[in-house]
This record gives sequence, C-alpha cells and structure tokens, in this order.
Amino acid sequence: MCNQSVGLIQRAVEAAGISTVSITLIEDITRKVRPPRALAVPYGFGHPLGEPNNPELQHAIITEALALLADETSPPILKSSRQTLKEKIDG
Amino acid sequence: MAPLRKLDSLSRFFMKFYSGKHYETTPHTPLRSPLNECKIALITTAGFFLNGQEPFGNGDCSYREIPNSIQIQALVNGHKSAAYDERGLETDPNLAFPLDRFKELETEGKIGSLNHRHFSFMGSITKPDRLITQFAPEVGRVLKTDGVDVAFLTPV
Repeated sequence: MCNQSVGLIQRAVEAAGISTVSITLIEDITRKVRPPRALAVPYGFGHPLGEPNNPELQHAIITEALALLADETSPPILKSSRQTLKEKIDG
Repeated sequence: MAPLRKLDSLSRFFMKFYSGKHYETTPHTPLRSPLNECKIALITTAGFFLNGQEPFGNGDCSYREIPNSIQIQALVNGHKSAAYDERGLETDPNLAFPLDRFKELETEGKIGSLNHRHFSFMGSITKPDRLITQFAPEVGRVLKTDGVDVAFLTPV
C-alpha cells in the first residue's frame, strides 16, 4: 500500500503549500489518489529508484521526476519513466 | 541481487481489487522558483528509522524525522514485507530514500539546498484515516515552517 500512502501524504504536503513530486510503482493506484505529479517506473516493489548502488540510474529517475515540477500541464500529471526494465536487467 | 521485475501477479490481483482511496480533485502548488533556488525535503514510505527511535508498528500511520546530517547506512529498515525483496534497500537505502543522490545534486548546484530534516513513514497502511487527518498534514505544516519549497516522495 506504499503507493497509496505516498499519494495521500503528497496530497497533504502539496495542500500545505509545497510543490511535490513522487515516484510510483503502481499507476492504477496513483490514478485513483490523484497526487499532483508522479513518475511511474517499471520496477518491482522495493526498487522505486531502479537498482541498488547504481547512482547513474537513480539520478536519471530523479531528474525525470524533478522535471515534472516544471511541467506546465495542469495536475494531476502522471508520466511513465523513459528508463526501461530490460536494459537494467541486463546491467 | 534479485532480478528486477514487474510486480508479481498476486500483488497485481490484490491491487486491482483493493478498495482504496479515490479522489476527484488534486491539490496544486505551482513551483515558485527554479530548482537551483529551491529548498528540498525527502519523504519516504520505506519505513526507515534510526536507532534510538521507536520502530514502526503494524499499520502505524506516524512518522520518524530523519536529520539531513545522517550517514545513509544508519537507516534501519522497518518495513519487512513478504511483498518484496528488501535486500536491495538494505544494501543501498538510496534506492527508496535517495539522500546521497540529493546531496550530490546540492553539491552540483542543481538544487538550492536540502532541508535540515526529512520524513519517513511506513507504507503498509490499509486504514489511512489518521495518516490523512493528522500525520500527513502535520508533516506538511512542519515542512512549510522550515521554508521547504519542494518535497520528493518515494514509495517502496
């Protein structure tokens, strides 16, 4: 239920006057909770930033997520990460 | 390390039929400054806590404050779950609480600064009423008082 919890916390923090962005592993849940900005990543539970000890991949995901803050589309914004599962399994 | 994979079919089945929260509207605070002028705080639902703090209980909606000054390996994984392989998190907590990555962004000048504290919740909350009414708004107020511009949230 982590993904629902993140969305609920995000809603409250955004409502407090702070711009927020989150990572989600389950788009279906996030679509229902409608947090303002979320990046959907193609990884399993326990791996929201892809892979342990892979700073390059972690930075790539963070950069994609932070870019949503400057997206001028009206929230909710839910985008899929450009990182793919395949290249990381091979890695 | 376990292979990275999409969620298993049982988890997907549960998620499909779990009657979760459903909203029609979305709160919106537009970004007011460029990121390299923003103060940022991290929020995770990985259930991390520090030695000396009270561990999370089952369904616990409360939070733990994580000082920005900690070493990442000081985090204790309080979110044991059959739903995922936690070895990655224990090897590298940045996987769900990317403190080192954000310190690097701060050093590179890509973000303004990191807040002096961050927050950790436990994610497995099937009855989130107190999360919604009490603990999440409380963290929002605290971060606002700290002058935080942006919060970056990660599930587990």
